[in-house]
Amino acid sequence: MDNGYLLEMKQIDKQFPGVHALDHVDFRVRPGEIHALMGENGAGKSTLMKVLTGLYRLDSGEIRLEGRAVSFGSPLESQRAGISTIYQEINLIPYLSVAENICLGREPMNRTGIDWRQVNQNAAAVLGEMGVTVDVTQPLCAYGTAIQQMVAIARAISVQAKLVVMDEPTSSLDEKEVAVLFQQMRKLKEKGLAMIFISHRLDEIFEICDTVTILKDGKRVSEDPVAGLTKLELVSRMIGRDAADVLRRKNGRYEGGGEQLLFEVRQAADGGKLRGVSLGIRRGEILGLAGLLGSGRTELAKVVFGDNPDYSGELLLDGGPVRWKAPRDAIAHKLAYCPEDRKAEGIFPYMSIRENMTMALLPRIARGGVVDNKRQKQIVQEYIGSLAIKTPGPEQLIRNLSGGNQQKVLLARWLCMEPRLIILDEPTRGIDIGAKSEIETLIQQIAGRGISVLLISSELEELVRNCHRVVVMRDGRNIGELEGDELSEARIMQTIAQDMVREEDAG
Amino acid sequence: MKQAKRISALLRRHGVLLALLALAAAAAFAFPQFLTYGNLTNILRQSSMIGLISLGMTFVLLTGGIDLSVGSLAALASVLAATFSSRGSTALMIFAPVLACGALGLCNGLIISKMKIAPFITTLGMMMAARGAALVMTDGVSVRVDADAADAFGLLARSYILKIPTPVWVFFLVLAAGVYVTKKTRPGRHVYAVGGNEEAARMMGLRPDRVKIAVYTANGLLAGLAGVILASRLSAGQPVSCDGWEMNAIAAAAIGGTQLSGGRGGLGGTVTGVLIIGVISNMINLQGTLNSWWQSIITGLLLLLVVMMQSRMQRRPRAHIKAARG
Repeated sequence: MDNGYLLEMKQIDKQFPGVHALDHVDFRVRPGEIHALMGENGAGKSTLMKVLTGLYRLDSGEIRLEGRAVSFGSPLESQRAGISTIYQEINLIPYLSVAENICLGREPMNRTGIDWRQVNQNAAAVLGEMGVTVDVTQPLCAYGTAIQQMVAIARAISVQAKLVVMDEPTSSLDEKEVAVLFQQMRKLKEKGLAMIFISHRLDEIFEICDTVTILKDGKRVSEDPVAGLTKLELVSRMIGRDAADVLRRKNGRYEGGGEQLLFEVRQAADGGKLRGVSLGIRRGEILGLAGLLGSGRTELAKVVFGDNPDYSGELLLDGGPVRWKAPRDAIAHKLAYCPEDRKAEGIFPYMSIRENMTMALLPRIARGGVVDNKRQKQIVQEYIGSLAIKTPGPEQLIRNLSGGNQQKVLLARWLCMEPRLIILDEPTRGIDIGAKSEIETLIQQIAGRGISVLLISSELEELVRNCHRVVVMRDGRNIGELEGDELSEARIMQTIAQDMVREEDAG
Repeated sequence: MKQAKRISALLRRHGVLLALLALAAAAAFAFPQFLTYGNLTNILRQSSMIGLISLGMTFVLLTGGIDLSVGSLAALASVLAATFSSRGSTALMIFAPVLACGALGLCNGLIISKMKIAPFITTLGMMMAARGAALVMTDGVSVRVDADAADAFGLLARSYILKIPTPVWVFFLVLAAGVYVTKKTRPGRHVYAVGGNEEAARMMGLRPDRVKIAVYTANGLLAGLAGVILASRLSAGQPVSCDGWEMNAIAAAAIGGTQLSGGRGGLGGTVTGVLIIGVISNMINLQGTLNSWWQSIITGLLLLLVVMMQSRMQRRPRAHIKAARG
């Protein structure tokens, strides 16, 4: 290390057909620091990390690790050199045991082959050190996302890594788990390990990181110590405009059509996580669903949208009872649902924006089974314009768009159906702050047009900022409702905490 | 409630084995000669060739692939063995066809992993080409093994070691090796990893390409071995033999609980599947009046039944998850 840097990436350049993904980017990491890499989606963060770990070849530029020029042809080579990576989407093997997932590729061996006792012991030790106690012999898929993410982290740090790349490791963790992760990161830092940390959550950057490099449109904007920056400076550099007005929003009061409920849920339960939820949504109202991971929010959404036919309880539309057998029943009554997991349940990656957007609409713009192309194009153009979807054109494959723009296409898919109620499950997860504020503006506009919105989000800030009213859930039940001046992050947490205490007293 | 849970867990883990035992019990009850030593070894011997292919197929299925070429490769191997018999070397008759089929399996693997062609298409092409090659080499007729070589070569399929037919020993040896590989070696575990999530396996620094090349090559070798045993048994190489073996092998693996989407299952289940098919076929023989084509119908229906039951069981809510998360 001639100049004190663990990693130096100099003048990295990478072109994809039609996109200059990285434009002579400099990036460097000192030993023992946590270095935030920030930028909007599409700024080049992921590409830069993929170049580093050997998934992509660079067009020009130089990478130096501990002063030596390196060039990795595959993730295996970069791992051998001491760079391990944690990905946003959990990259583990679902049916193999937790322990095996941690040791895979470098299993301890004895004379007869893989030493399973050692595998299990090692895994339990690494996880135990992180404060995670699970049965490591169970298949990974028996556990939820948060545990799986912790396993991924355990895997990354159990190799003797010099540098750990963390690509949005916190996006599926709740606050407590994030705290455990940060504690772990601090320990690693003390040992002299360097980390590259990618996250869209500003609080996290300020809490854990030492240095921040900002990318925009494939170029490096700046590199600064975090301590010398304010949040506002950081955001405005990222999105390249004055951020003050982007973040500010008045939490509007509900001024819609009176007390008449559009949709009502009475004592909905699904025999599993959902154990009796009642709530009602008024016309043009933005109703938030708050609750910790596993409180049954998504399960409720599935019942409301007919994606779970085995529910008990009652659904009422315009005061009259309805019963859904499948989502198509709900769609026929002008309900819409944007699921949480865009990739698995939402988009058709190899289809164009046009096709993705009008997928659900086709029956309505077709005559005798033949699609009215003119009408289709007209609708697609209209929504690309009104939602400001950034794309070269409607025929672009949706997989080439950034997360925020994909989300907009999904929103458009349902908005063009002219729904009366739209369910948005984590609509801003994994998208950057600029796109986030655009989506939030859209939500307000949607409600302004008289469409009711059921908004599910893990970010309390987002609920408080956007909702007219928030229903708090815990353990599959609704435990409180907040509105107007009462609606704040603190009150939501308080409601959940009080319910926990009440339960302990009772039990 | 707890009792019921335990029974359902038992069914899930050992359901296929229980099905085999039930089937065998029924057979023993209906046909007195079923439980004789001669009949049981006969079932094993008849199952050994499909068995070898099923073991190889299990590896392929575990990676999330499929191999349609093995039936044709076995036929090609039987023809090659008979053709080489004029040279008089038993070793040549056994190893040359096996290696040739291994090489063709290697081709499958290379095309699938390096050129990213779908396994179904790749092996469909190989299936047609290998069958065609066997027909061209023989003009479509059966080739007899040379009389001078027939006795020595015939030992492979017809001899007994410790009162157990030699092909059954071969099957057991390959099975034992396979179980060891899947349970105790890295390449074996990586087969599961690749089938469970190939992208993740790659990110973890494994080499999915190598894993795939290995399983298709192994499957080719085993298909060749099965074909050679068949030629030894018949003293002839038949270009039209082994028709549909690949499908039987897939059925055996699927009945045994290996998922066609990859990542789950194993050789133990496959052996059970092979034996279930073997017992059904044996029962139809013993029964005497039913046409042997009934075997297809019964095996097919059984396959559907088993797969439907597996799918139902997997959809049950996983109650232990909550407890584990605390």
